[in-house]
Amino acid sequence: MVRFFGIIVGLGFVSALIFSIIGSLPFEAAERTAVEDFHQKPRTLALASDGAFGKFDRKQLQRGLQVYNEVCSACHSLRLVSFRDIAALGYNEGQVKSFAAAHEVPSIDPDTGEPATRPGLPKDAFPSPYPNETAARAANNNALPPDLSLITKAREGGAPYVYSLLTGFRNPETYRNEKGEALPADSKPGTGLHFNPWFANLNLAMAPPLTSEGQVTYGPGNPKPTVDQMAKDVSAFLVWTAEPKLENRRAVGWGALGFLLIFTVLTYLSYRQIWADKKH
Amino acid sequence: MSFPWAEAYKPKSGFTQWIDERLPLPRLVYGAIGAGYPVPRNLNYFWNFGVLAGVALTIQIVTGIVLAMHYAANAGIAFDSVEHIMRDVNSGWMLRYMHMNGASFFFIVVYIHMFRGLYYGSYKAPREMIWLLGVVIFLLMMATAFMGYVLPWGQMSFWGAQVITGFFSAIPIVGEPIRQLLLGGFAPDNAALNRFFSLHYLLPFVIAGVIILHIWALHIPGSNNPTGVDVKSESDTVPFHPYYTAKDGFGLGVFLIAFVIMAFFLPNFMGHPDNYIPANPLSTPAHIVPEWYFLPFYAILKSFTGNFLWIPAKLWGVLAMFGSILLLFFLPWLDKSPVRSAKYRPTYRTFFWVLVIDVIILGYLGQAHPSNWTVLASQICTAYYFAHFLIIVPILSRIETTLPMPNSITEAVLSGEADEAHPVGVSATNPAHPEPAKA
Repeated sequence: MVRFFGIIVGLGFVSALIFSIIGSLPFEAAERTAVEDFHQKPRTLALASDGAFGKFDRKQLQRGLQVYNEVCSACHSLRLVSFRDIAALGYNEGQVKSFAAAHEVPSIDPDTGEPATRPGLPKDAFPSPYPNETAARAANNNALPPDLSLITKAREGGAPYVYSLLTGFRNPETYRNEKGEALPADSKPGTGLHFNPWFANLNLAMAPPLTSEGQVTYGPGNPKPTVDQMAKDVSAFLVWTAEPKLENRRAVGWGALGFLLIFTVLTYLSYRQIWADKKH
Repeated sequence: MSFPWAEAYKPKSGFTQWIDERLPLPRLVYGAIGAGYPVPRNLNYFWNFGVLAGVALTIQIVTGIVLAMHYAANAGIAFDSVEHIMRDVNSGWMLRYMHMNGASFFFIVVYIHMFRGLYYGSYKAPREMIWLLGVVIFLLMMATAFMGYVLPWGQMSFWGAQVITGFFSAIPIVGEPIRQLLLGGFAPDNAALNRFFSLHYLLPFVIAGVIILHIWALHIPGSNNPTGVDVKSESDTVPFHPYYTAKDGFGLGVFLIAFVIMAFFLPNFMGHPDNYIPANPLSTPAHIVPEWYFLPFYAILKSFTGNFLWIPAKLWGVLAMFGSILLLFFLPWLDKSPVRSAKYRPTYRTFFWVLVIDVIILGYLGQAHPSNWTVLASQICTAYYFAHFLIIVPILSRIETTLPMPNSITEAVLSGEADEAHPVGVSATNPAHPEPAKA
C-alpha cells in the first residue's frame, strides 16, 4: 500500500516537473549585460597576514590607520573599533591617549544636558563622521557610506576587493575591457556616480578617494605613499579591523592541531593494538 | 535486549555493589557502551559517524550555552553583541567560530551517517524505529540550524528568515496566518528574533532527548553491519569496549583535526559575506542563499516553475521541499527488498550512487545564479530525486536479482583471507566456526 501511494506521489512530482520544463520551452537566449562583460574579479593582493602562518605587518597597519584617519574617516565610520584597540598595532599607552584625544566624540554637557562633544578617551569607539544616517545620505548624494569595521569580511573577495576598488577607478569614455569593447552608453555613470569595473554594478557614488602620491605623509622609514601603496596599507588595516584576533586564532589553532595529532596517533596505535588479534 | 552472550555487569567492590543496588547507572553504561554490549566485528569507519554526531551536538551545546551568556536577542543590538563576543569577550571569537563551524560539521557528519544508513540498508526491519527517530532528529536539526542562523541578525539572517517563513504563506487560506504566528508580526523583527532565540536554545535539548530514544531503539536489535547479515553467534561480535571505543577514539581524532582546520584557519569559508552586514529590511541582497546544508532542498524548492493541476508553482515547490524530507519516513516500507546491504544489490547500488551525485549537483544548483540551464538541470535532478525514492526503489525491491550473501559475518570477514594468518585454532577451509567459543 505504501509502495502504491509512493509511486502515485512520485509520478505526481515528476509530472509537475515535466510540465514545468515544457512550460519554459523554448528557451529565450538571455542578453548579456554590461555587468557580465565589464565586471572584474579582484586583483591579487599579497598581505603579511595571509596564509596559515601569516602575521600582521604592524608598520603597514599603522600606515593603514593613518590613511583611514586622514582620508576614509571623512565619510566612513569604524564604529566597532575602539581607540584602545590600536594598542595592538604597536602604539604605547601615551600614543593611544593622544590619538584618542585628537578626536571629538559625542557627549552631553554636564551643566546643561545639551548634546556636546569632548576629546576622545581610549575606551571610546571611533566616532562616526555624521550624526545619523539621514545626515550621511544628505551629504553624499543620497548614498550611504558603509561602516568599514567589517568591510573585508562583508564583501565577496575580501581585502583584495577593497584594494582593487580603491585603485580601480577608470575613465568611462576611454575604458576598454579585455575584448576591447567600450562601455555602452546606458551603462555610463549618471550624475554623481563614478565608473569602477571592480564595483558590483560598475558605477558607485564614492569619488576616487586616493588620487595622488603623497596625499598622506608617511613617516621616515616607510615606503613612498603612492596611490597603490596607500590602497594596500588601508586594505591591510581593514583586515585587522574586521578580524583583530586573527593572530591569536591561528596560534591557538596550531596548538590544538599539535595536540590532536598526538592524540590521533595514540588512539590509532591503541586501536591497532586492541584489534591485533581480531580479523575484521 | 542484546545478545545472550552479552557479558553481565559484576560490581567489583563493595562500593560499586552498594551503588548498583540503589542506582544501577554503571550497569546501564556497561550494557550500553561498555563490555556488556556485543557489536558486529566487521563495522567499517562509516559506523563512527553516530558517535561523531553526538560529539558535534555536545560541542554545539557547550559553546552555545556560553555564547548565550554574552549574546543579546534584541534586533537593535544583536549584531553588535555578536561582534562584542568576537572582539571583547575572552576567547569569544573561538566560541563563536566553533559554534558557527560546528553547525556545518554536525550536518557533514549527519549526512555521512544518513549515507551509511541508505547504503547498507540500516533503515530496514527490524531497525525502522531507529530510522524514523533519525529523520525526526534531522528535522529538528534543520529547524535549530535555521533559527541559529537568524540570531546574528545580519543581512542573510534577516532575508533567510523572510524567505523561509514565506514558504508557509504558499499554503492556501491558513498559510499567511501561520506565517504571522511564526514571526510574531508581518515581517521578521524583534518578536521573531526573540522567539527564535528561545527555540534555538530549547531544541538542542529536544534533539538530545530524541537521540536517547534513537540509541535505545538501536540497542534492541543491535547495530547493522556492512554485510547486512544478522548477527548469528558470538564469533560475529566483539564487545563495544574496548574494541569500538578505541576505533571511535581514533575517528574522533580525525574528525577534530578537520574541525580545527576549518574553525581556526578558514572560519568563514562556509559562511556568506552578506551576514557581516547588519540586517536592513529596506535593502534586499542581490542573491539570497541559505547555508550550504540546505542548498539541495533549496534547489528542489526553486525547480517547480509551472502551475500544474490547479496547484500554483510556489505551492508545488514548498510541497516538494518538505516532501523530499518527509518521504524518508516511508522509506522502510517503500524498499521491501530483504537484502539490506547495497554490497549485494548491484542495481540498487548503481541507482544509489546516481542519487548521491544527483544531490551534490542539486547542492551546487541551489547556490548557482539562475539561468535557463541551471533551472532545467535542477528540474531534472529533482525529478530523479523523487523518482529514486518513490518509483525506482519500490519497483526495484520487487524485481532486482541480488548477489549471494555470506552465511554469517564471521564467514564474510574471513573469506578471501585463506593465505593470511588466522585466529588461533581456525582453518581457512572451515570458516563456520572460526574461533573457539569463549567460556
